[in-house]
Amino acid sequence: MSEEFKVEIVNPEKSFLVKDDVSEVVVPAFEGEMGILKDHISIISFLKPGIIKILSKSGDENYYVEDGIVEFKNNNLSILTSTIFNLADMDKSKQQDLLKQAEEEANKTDINDQSKYLADQKVEVLKTLN
Amino acid sequence: MASLDDLKKRIASVKSTQKITKAMKMVAAAKLRRAQESAEKGRPYSEKMNNVILNLSNGISDKENAPKLLSGTGQEKTHLCVVMTSDRGLCGGFNSNIIKKAKSYFAKILDEGKELKIITVGSKGNDQLKRVYGNKIIENVSFKESKNANYFDADKVGKMVIEKFEAGEFDVCTIFYNQFKNVITQIPQAQQIIPLNNEGEENSSEESYEFEPDEDEILSNLLPKNISTQIFKAMLENSASEQGSRMSAMDNATRNAGEMVDKLTIEYNRSRQAAITKELIEIISGAESL
Repeated sequence: MSEEFKVEIVNPEKSFLVKDDVSEVVVPAFEGEMGILKDHISIISFLKPGIIKILSKSGDENYYVEDGIVEFKNNNLSILTSTIFNLADMDKSKQQDLLKQAEEEANKTDINDQSKYLADQKVEVLKTLN
Repeated sequence: MASLDDLKKRIASVKSTQKITKAMKMVAAAKLRRAQESAEKGRPYSEKMNNVILNLSNGISDKENAPKLLSGTGQEKTHLCVVMTSDRGLCGGFNSNIIKKAKSYFAKILDEGKELKIITVGSKGNDQLKRVYGNKIIENVSFKESKNANYFDADKVGKMVIEKFEAGEFDVCTIFYNQFKNVITQIPQAQQIIPLNNEGEENSSEESYEFEPDEDEILSNLLPKNISTQIFKAMLENSASEQGSRMSAMDNATRNAGEMVDKLTIEYNRSRQAAITKELIEIISGAESL
């Protein structure tokens, strides 16, 4: 029996990525990183800023996301996100831009705790990339 | 009867108008393809989002304490209408169709004695509505600078709507836009986004989900996003509809201009011939009288 399942990443503009030979996906769920293997129980969760790792036969891929929702059902993993970047395509200057934006956001004083937490997360994740 | 010179000028002017409408049609056709593509590409996202929310709202245990964005404020006193139109004209009945739909809805609400607030997206809608409903328009947004509909703009509108909802400024929110069916047909739509209207859409799958964190928290995070997503979907549909509508309007205009040129040319030839005949008669009768 194969241990592979299908993953689909969608952003508002288009279907970003469809892959059906995935063996494991690690997503930055809101309450901590979560690895998903085949036959995982149906789950809905949402994401915090972080890295999505997709492990498959055809090679591993890493994506940076800022938010999103994951839904896993019948061995179909759907990830809905509004901001996603493939780490392989992301160069240093892009990273710096995002980091700068995130830092500005994190330094704002008039935001609530949750947005503050999310912004801090962004900064943290982006810093580890550099 | 117009003189030959006048007719000549008119023919020339109609011809140049025809050139413009023809060019506009071509441009619209090219843009339509792109807009249609992005409207189709954007569909999976909003569909999936809807699915997830449907699953969530079915799984929610405590209906009483469900987030207000889902269940509403419990009253229907103030209605907020987001009317989405284009920023450019010359697109046939596109804008007036939305406005017509919106106006009949407004009239219904006002008849029922409810309060009405309007947000217009796109300057054409604002132009048409401000004459009658000027005092009801609380906000006017237009994205003239952005070339294509993008999620960032939709998010701005969405955040604005949510802010107003949380401030208790309205109870029900409806968006008006044109749904793109094909180049000739666009259907004006009124879609209620707050509270979310899921009636009649029973989820068939009985499968239970695991939620992490719990349903309420996911829902309260998801619902605002859904508002933006729905607005974005409306924007995409709208931009495809706008181009489609413009294309068929310009096609008609080009054809009409062609007909007009034909008619004017015939008139021109007739009066030219009439002038020649008249001159001939004058010459002949002059020769006879000698």
